[in-house]
Amino acid sequence: MRIYLDNAATTKMSKTAVNALLPYMDDIYGNPSSLHLAGQAAAEALADARKRMANCLDCAADEITFTSGGSEADNQALYSAARIGARKGKRHIISTAFEHHAVLHTLDKLEKEGFEITLLDVHENGIVHAKQVSDAIREDTCLVTVMYANNEIGTVQPIQKIGEICRARDVIFHTDAVQAVGHLHVNVREQNIDMLSLSAHKFHGPKGIGILYCRKGIPLTTLIEGGAQERGRRGGTENIPAIMGMAAALEEACALIDENAGKLTVLRDRLIAGLSEIPHSILNGDAGRRLPGNVNFCFEGIEGESLLLLLDDKGICASSGSACTSGSLDPSHVLLAIGRIHDIAHGSLRLTLSEENTAEEIEYTIQAVKEVVTYLRGISPVWRDLVEGKKEFIIK
Amino acid sequence: MALYSEKVMDHFRNPRNVGIIENADGIGEVGNAKCGDIMKVYLKIEDDIIADVKFETFGCGSAIASSSMATELIKGKPVSEALSLTNQAVVEALDGLPVHKVHCSVLAEEAVKKALLDYYKRNGMTYDPQQFEDHENCGSCCDHNA
Repeated sequence: MRIYLDNAATTKMSKTAVNALLPYMDDIYGNPSSLHLAGQAAAEALADARKRMANCLDCAADEITFTSGGSEADNQALYSAARIGARKGKRHIISTAFEHHAVLHTLDKLEKEGFEITLLDVHENGIVHAKQVSDAIREDTCLVTVMYANNEIGTVQPIQKIGEICRARDVIFHTDAVQAVGHLHVNVREQNIDMLSLSAHKFHGPKGIGILYCRKGIPLTTLIEGGAQERGRRGGTENIPAIMGMAAALEEACALIDENAGKLTVLRDRLIAGLSEIPHSILNGDAGRRLPGNVNFCFEGIEGESLLLLLDDKGICASSGSACTSGSLDPSHVLLAIGRIHDIAHGSLRLTLSEENTAEEIEYTIQAVKEVVTYLRGISPVWRDLVEGKKEFIIK
Repeated sequence: MALYSEKVMDHFRNPRNVGIIENADGIGEVGNAKCGDIMKVYLKIEDDIIADVKFETFGCGSAIASSSMATELIKGKPVSEALSLTNQAVVEALDGLPVHKVHCSVLAEEAVKKALLDYYKRNGMTYDPQQFEDHENCGSCCDHNA
């Protein structure tokens, strides 16, 4: 038995996506840059996929650049906006403390190049307020980049309001929507989004493919020099099979968005209720304004990696923000950003659902987590000190 | 998961000598929750022999496996032999640890030595301080103050 609850890490490809992809690994193998029939068949497919993806996001086809995934799209968006800003002498960027590392590490680099970075507080509920953005914008602000939904705790940000503010103040607004697209209604026009990153494998598409949406009139800086592919915005022969799989996956996800969200929300809320029965546990991130499939908890007195390994033994695939799972000494920067201290952040568990999960799997998981947490607390000297009153509980 | 050897997973899934010893002759606790690892070792010593040893660990799979293996390596051994336990011996007995997990074995060595130091101190015995250097906290795993 295997219960896959790590859909924020990656999803299983849908049959629709696989079927859309396969012909382009077989009969239709031409290079879209070639003039002959084989090449033109691929070029037509590429144009069609671009148009269909643009329809899903409500933008024009030529506002879409295919990339190797969300990280590349984030990198290109930030460098492009920084380049535009620098030309005008604007070197201030606003973001949040709990962005994905594809954004945070790029901001670190830009800071070394002389940009000033303001990272907004995301509060204990994991949500930034649009007013914080408004208050932080200065004359020299060239970019606001705020993720659509957080990858660890699933909290959804007030993207439309932030978009309005940025549009009114003439500041480029980028959102890393990797966790949101295919799961929430995203509309770049209505939401005043100038740039948006997405990644196919988060919505049942293939890995290694994504897009950067960039509103017409905003020039992109190329990260990969080469041929004239993507209208000169990204060199390299297009990954046609992956692009075809992505377009099919996105169309399917967008068509089923309300149905899936409704189903997932029921499962999510049952999982949250079940895990909340564990004493000295706490849900991370706002209970309501979160992705329909995201559950993230901290359990006091235990460490996350051992929790994951024992859940894996029980057939449950999960993830944790513990330092031990990342190979670094510090636990998740997301959990630290919402104010969880190290001691607690090490004991975190992220369970992210897909519409393939069942109510039975959720009940089994609740039981399994309860058993494993109880067992690990039983061998934990920290737990003993807490129970014997030598230390005070942090999670009441 | 292929991160760990079968030996590590065996000691993680079925840790030996888990628990506490009432009226222990020596207790050693190392690490801190901030770093994500705490080990506590309890010793019962009779006639200069480690008659019994128990541990409790808050930490990752390799931390639990390292404590389990360290206690196995010293159980029934003379105190002098327990004192010469090295983290390398723990790593070898576990058929290796991933590089970024080696500090867990260091912590296990330190917990054993800290418990032995406690035993020496409680009994007013003379000891060579050099054998207990740097075992006051998990200097090997965390030097951040966040």
